[in-house]
Amino acid sequence: MAMTMTEKILARHAGKTDVSPGENIWANVDVLMTHDVCGPGTIGVFKENFGSQAKVWDRNKVVVIPDHYIFTADKMAHRNVDVLREFVREQDIPHFYDVGTDKYKGVCHIALPEEGHTRPGEVLLGTDSHTCTAGAFGEFATGIGNTDAGFVLGTGKLWFKVPETMRFVFEGEVPPYLMAKDLILRIIGDIGVDGATYRAMEFAGDGVYSLGIEERMTLCNMVIEAGGKNGVIAPDQITLEYVKKRTMIPFEVLKNDPGARFHSTRTYRCFELEPGVARPHSPDNYAPARELGEVMLDRAYIGSCTGGKTTDFKAAARVLNGNKVKVDTFIVPATTQVAASLKTETLEGKALEAIFQESGCHVGPPSCAACLGGPADTLGRLNKSEVCISTTNRNFPGRMGSKTAQVYLASPYTVAASALRGRITDPREFLGGRA
Amino acid sequence: MKKLVRGRIYVLGDDIDTDQIIPAQHLVLNPAIPEEKKKLGTFALSSVPAEKAGLPRGHVPFIDPRTGSSIYSIIVAGKNFGCGSSREHAPIALAAAGIEVVVADFYARIFFRNSVNGGWLVPYETPEPLVDRIETGQEGEVDLHENRLKILTTGKFFALRPLGDILPILEAGNVFAYAKRYAELTK
Repeated sequence: MAMTMTEKILARHAGKTDVSPGENIWANVDVLMTHDVCGPGTIGVFKENFGSQAKVWDRNKVVVIPDHYIFTADKMAHRNVDVLREFVREQDIPHFYDVGTDKYKGVCHIALPEEGHTRPGEVLLGTDSHTCTAGAFGEFATGIGNTDAGFVLGTGKLWFKVPETMRFVFEGEVPPYLMAKDLILRIIGDIGVDGATYRAMEFAGDGVYSLGIEERMTLCNMVIEAGGKNGVIAPDQITLEYVKKRTMIPFEVLKNDPGARFHSTRTYRCFELEPGVARPHSPDNYAPARELGEVMLDRAYIGSCTGGKTTDFKAAARVLNGNKVKVDTFIVPATTQVAASLKTETLEGKALEAIFQESGCHVGPPSCAACLGGPADTLGRLNKSEVCISTTNRNFPGRMGSKTAQVYLASPYTVAASALRGRITDPREFLGGRA
Repeated sequence: MKKLVRGRIYVLGDDIDTDQIIPAQHLVLNPAIPEEKKKLGTFALSSVPAEKAGLPRGHVPFIDPRTGSSIYSIIVAGKNFGCGSSREHAPIALAAAGIEVVVADFYARIFFRNSVNGGWLVPYETPEPLVDRIETGQEGEVDLHENRLKILTTGKFFALRPLGDILPILEAGNVFAYAKRYAELTK
């Protein structure tokens, strides 16, 4: 039977020759990731159900990445990292990226690929909804809760309903003023925050393959904002080069069979798309940036698993270089590796970090930071009724702190251009291109 | 699983996401610790904007600020309930506040899974939207055998979608009890 990539991966992991959408299966898990916010609860579920002396199913397949509440004085947040430390010690887990050590990484979804934990054809689960980011490597990756993760820790498997696949095809190269964020915001605007509920979202077309791996991660990262179960992009040479540099573990590339059946296919021509914005208070409240020039801003934020990668900062620097920001602008690299790249990557001979400092931005240490609000002392958190434009992923009420704050989501180009003007700005005003 | 859940109803609109159900600053609480789980309940639905809290009129806090507790057992909501993050703190906070059943047009996938696999609450879907037909504060009774919601205040009945595949997990109590029953843990 002809299957989609997602169906094939799930069939392999369920020990079946084929599976169909809607079927419930038990799948073996290759990697389970957890972090400081959901790890302690997951560990509690594991111990309660398997016993206080129980061992995890495979210590090499558990990856522990504290990243959410790191640079805070909150004692409970520190206590939670201690719970992770104790568990890692007791279980002898090798893949632990501890706070305050050379191994500290930052945002888990970017740390996972950087450290070689994302591989085509695998099943990766994480206690975080943006685990879907790893679908950019041609694997089945999705977010789960504490109970499911506790179950996986003990058994190495979990039940799934096989999802139908919605296909999104981007034709033609992505123009130089657009980013993956513009593409995915447009899709979410078109299908709604529930438009892909219970389904896989596959991205294809030469437009997608004209993007680097970090941009493809941005596409898959936000499928959860359309309700998607997983996002997936078939691996190409760019994917394989990235992965092989970072892992010695063998993997199998799986792609759609000819004749595989899809729920639907939507085709976009890249040159017709525009820099886009999701207005408060929903990621599907789409409008072109050029229509929002009257929106005055208090703050701009560039960071997170969605918009805090090296590619995102290179883009922001292209717009900011030599200009001064008009509003408080926060630069929060996702990981320590991204933070290091701000010193080594250059534009017109200047390091990205120098460009950000010259333009008046605050550069913070790598973590999830204000993307999800967090403890009151979190860098960049919206504590009042501020209006913020951000490269992050959600803008429901209260997402970045105060429920009276207003968050606009956009690409690093659009956020940087808007920071310079103090109002929402189409980045083509700085980068050129037809507006 | 009991047959009847009776209690006061709290009504919410569409796309109630996990940040509104339990704001991120409270995620430092560990739901595996009983007193912290209880505390999560005191913050349930605290980020729902006031005008949308307790429909149709709004401005009805889910948690009474004087007592720190909720008087509601049933939530009726619109589409895509529980969208957003994977935090299991969301169904846990609702359950800790006393919610036993949610009745929504439909759910976001992870919230639905967490509710069922953790055995925190029963997530019913409805064949037609109910939000405009029920008011916050009305007394309701959900019959889990007959799959229907009765509004005791008015005597009206509303059909709920049968629970289908998730029923055996809810009947077992949670995914661990279910898997033990079906010997998945010993395979």
